[in-house]
Amino acid sequence: MYSNFELDVLKEIGNIGAGNAATALSIIISEKVLIKIPEVIILPFNEVIDVMKDPEGFVTGIFFRIEGELESNCVLIIPEKETKNLLKLLLKEDVKDLLTLNDMEQSALKEVGNILVSSFVSALSDFTKLNLKISVPSLALDMAAAILSFPLTIYGIMGDTALLLSTEFYGDSDGVLIDFYLIPDDDKSFKKLLKAIGVDIFDDDTSWNR
Amino acid sequence: MTMIRVGIGEFKSAKAPAVISTLGLGSCVGICLWDEFTKVGGLAHIMLPDSNLSTTNNFNPGKFADTAIPLLIYDMEELGANRKRIIAKIAGGAQMFEIKSQMEMMKIGKRNVEAVRKALSQFNIKIVAEDVEGNFGRSIEFNCDTGLLTVKSVGRGIKII
Repeated sequence: MYSNFELDVLKEIGNIGAGNAATALSIIISEKVLIKIPEVIILPFNEVIDVMKDPEGFVTGIFFRIEGELESNCVLIIPEKETKNLLKLLLKEDVKDLLTLNDMEQSALKEVGNILVSSFVSALSDFTKLNLKISVPSLALDMAAAILSFPLTIYGIMGDTALLLSTEFYGDSDGVLIDFYLIPDDDKSFKKLLKAIGVDIFDDDTSWNR
Repeated sequence: MTMIRVGIGEFKSAKAPAVISTLGLGSCVGICLWDEFTKVGGLAHIMLPDSNLSTTNNFNPGKFADTAIPLLIYDMEELGANRKRIIAKIAGGAQMFEIKSQMEMMKIGKRNVEAVRKALSQFNIKIVAEDVEGNFGRSIEFNCDTGLLTVKSVGRGIKII
């Protein structure tokens, strides 16, 4: 489906987006933000849950629909403890129960998501010259696996394996942790990304030798 | 007691005293089937309503309600169940995010539940208990000995149906 070369290019594209997003995030939380090298996860659906750190963990999920020349979905997952810490950094308040967040607290979380994802997507768009737009953020406070399974479902129409571009944002102190997942609608979406930067000449690794 | 885990798009059947579980049902639906007489139970974790949606001919039948349910029934019959006695309990089919989009797929939870009802009625299987839709995720455990379905969701405690 993807050659090693194409996977490397996708990771690099992810890296450019994540770098830009980390800078934007560090400005709003006034803390250094680091990123893990992005990974492209290709796995059968029944194994996806196993790559999550704590599938039944209580988390904040922020969902974005990406449309335009790249149809895909983007999900951010922030564990319970880190969500509380983020709210403290942003609003200077202690939140006890994430299930009873007020409007202000909910918008603060959505805004963090918005800044992160829009700077990721704008770097992607600059780099690939593809026209991309993101939806308004949508918030869910729930079980991690239930949140991530939703965008996977859409990809499930065309394939039996899940395809995710994932990376992790973490702060200098141990209080910031955001998992980022970009899940294309179908196989064509990521191919478009590769094509946009001129990677469509080779079908697979072996073509280098032909 | 054996614990059997079912992943996304999978289905498995077992005999008592096994407990079959699946976690992280968001828009997906967990279908538990049970034959009380032989204590044979089965669980399918479906992601999508209808195999007609598939853009490929060769797909995992466990993903779709219409293809997973008949296969789960055959699987249970292999273990001695009789389809005339099989009853069902279902959970899941939530809408995790409120999304303003024209895309029909964004409301997949509700469609999944409808498709499961339809597929079960084609086999004359009665749904005796359910915990569906809403806007929250669920993890479930089905006990093949008692036929009880335990539904866990964040902040809403545990429900046994």
